[in-house]
Amino acid sequence: MSRESATSLTALTLAEARDGLRRRDFSSRELTEAHLAAMAAARVLNAYVLETPDKALAMADASDARLTAGEGGPLEGLPLGIKDMFATAGVRTTACSKILETFVPVYESTVSSQLWRDGAVMLGKLNNDEFAMGSSNETSRFGPVISPWRRTGDTAAIVPGGSSGGSAAAVAAGLCLGATGTDTGGSIRQPAAFAGIVGVKPTYGRCSRWGIVAFASSLDQAGPFARSVRDGAILLRSMAGHDPKDTTSVDRPVPDYEAAIGRSVKGMRIGIPKEYRVDGMPEEIEALWARGAAWLKAAGAEMVEVSLPHTKYALPAYYIVAPAEASSNLARYDGVRFGVRVPGDDIVEMYERTRAAGFGPEVRRRVMIGTYVLSAGYYDAYYLRAQQVRTLIKRDFEDCFAAGVDAILTPATPSAAFGVGEKVHGDPVEMYLNDIFTVTVNMAGLPGIAVPGGLDAQGLPLGLQLIGRPFDEETLFSLAAVVEQEAGRLTPARWW
Amino acid sequence: MSVDAATVRRIAHLARIAVQEDEIEHLRGELNAMLAFVEQLSEVDVTGVEPMTSVTPMVMKQRDDVVTDGGIPDLVVANAPAREDHFFLVPKVVE
Repeated sequence: MSRESATSLTALTLAEARDGLRRRDFSSRELTEAHLAAMAAARVLNAYVLETPDKALAMADASDARLTAGEGGPLEGLPLGIKDMFATAGVRTTACSKILETFVPVYESTVSSQLWRDGAVMLGKLNNDEFAMGSSNETSRFGPVISPWRRTGDTAAIVPGGSSGGSAAAVAAGLCLGATGTDTGGSIRQPAAFAGIVGVKPTYGRCSRWGIVAFASSLDQAGPFARSVRDGAILLRSMAGHDPKDTTSVDRPVPDYEAAIGRSVKGMRIGIPKEYRVDGMPEEIEALWARGAAWLKAAGAEMVEVSLPHTKYALPAYYIVAPAEASSNLARYDGVRFGVRVPGDDIVEMYERTRAAGFGPEVRRRVMIGTYVLSAGYYDAYYLRAQQVRTLIKRDFEDCFAAGVDAILTPATPSAAFGVGEKVHGDPVEMYLNDIFTVTVNMAGLPGIAVPGGLDAQGLPLGLQLIGRPFDEETLFSLAAVVEQEAGRLTPARWW
Repeated sequence: MSVDAATVRRIAHLARIAVQEDEIEHLRGELNAMLAFVEQLSEVDVTGVEPMTSVTPMVMKQRDDVVTDGGIPDLVVANAPAREDHFFLVPKVVE
């Protein structure tokens, strides 16, 4: 194929590629080769930490055989990228931590296995913040991901957001048709907003957590990244579903999310939470939010001001609950059963040296704070209180939905993306503030979607967030499709 | 609340993370910054509020009491940094 037609294959949406494959306009091998070439030409972005071209082509050929036979699943032949938090059988999985640099799982995560069940093709493993702890993809042991976006007239490297920075950058740059992510405090929605694409954090329990490297188990949830709302809906349908291997996975049918695209939003009541109008919020974010509300209003939805009074406590409560659960989950990295080991004179010294050498600074800091808040004498003051505050945060949302609100509209982030290296040496709390609008959703277990809302004055994407009732992802897809229709899809100018 | 150097050493040991003496002061600053940030939770009235134990209301599922996996010792030890036959090797624990 000519370079031009190969480039056009990587510019397709997942839905367009799906339809093209079914018409046999091109083969999965051609589609996959085009993506492998795009990946090779984009290594400067550092989006992939492992490319699996042989596996990809073998899967593509198998898909072509099934498509030729008139068979094939909903994702047959479509090349995807997988965040390195998902265990992939026989393919190195590190959570982008040094401590797992030698780990090759002997099992497949449930979510990724469902993608392969439905015919998808794996291109490789995507970069993320170490153990998904970060908001800029700068804590990865493989180094930072560079966003495909740049400020207008400026060549400075921009962060793609985090923790799923590789997923966001790869989808935005056309290095895969879609990708998986995990979202513990905003790790899908914040990078999706920074990269000008769609990111979905489903209701807690919608996707199985089995085989995903655990960060904070009561908050972690897998979801898709995509270049269109429709693509996000298609991917979520394959990723979601009950799994007996995860006791928090919910046994209820998975709807056809794609059918929600184009459904009328007339008469829906959209909550505008006044507490999200934070001090020092840039005017551009205010304007984006107002624009989003106007678009939904023009489509027949009604805007209502709502109050979520405990919003400001979500982030501090999160920084107790998440590190506490992380300190417990990461106790398994002891240099005995898997991963890297640093020898010591006795077993405790071996543990301590292994973990000091294997964990990066952000992970060490969070494990230590988690250990502290769970330690004797502090548990009630910190962890118990944070879980009580969490109940209040969830109650705020429940009151709002009980009053007849169908979904809530907010900005996805308090600012556009920042430069690589700009925030890493400052106060860690400043970095944490990136998740101020997204973290409430994890604390309450609700579904949320980030959808592009336009560019800021510097030419960087800004995203809107829609928050829904538990298990009502369909309403979010319907509303996000309206925003997408008005805002249009955003594509970075290629410089790499 | 804030932590002192002795507490940093104690937490590091509880977390089984070796820290060098010259890291203590920096870590103390970072941990105290985080503790100062979460301090604002003390202003919330949580009287009579149940702590969250499950974010989605659900009954804990029970599976059938049958063996569903096993017989794969080679796979279980496949990623161990030190092993002998089907055993994980560790430094001597008991004298």
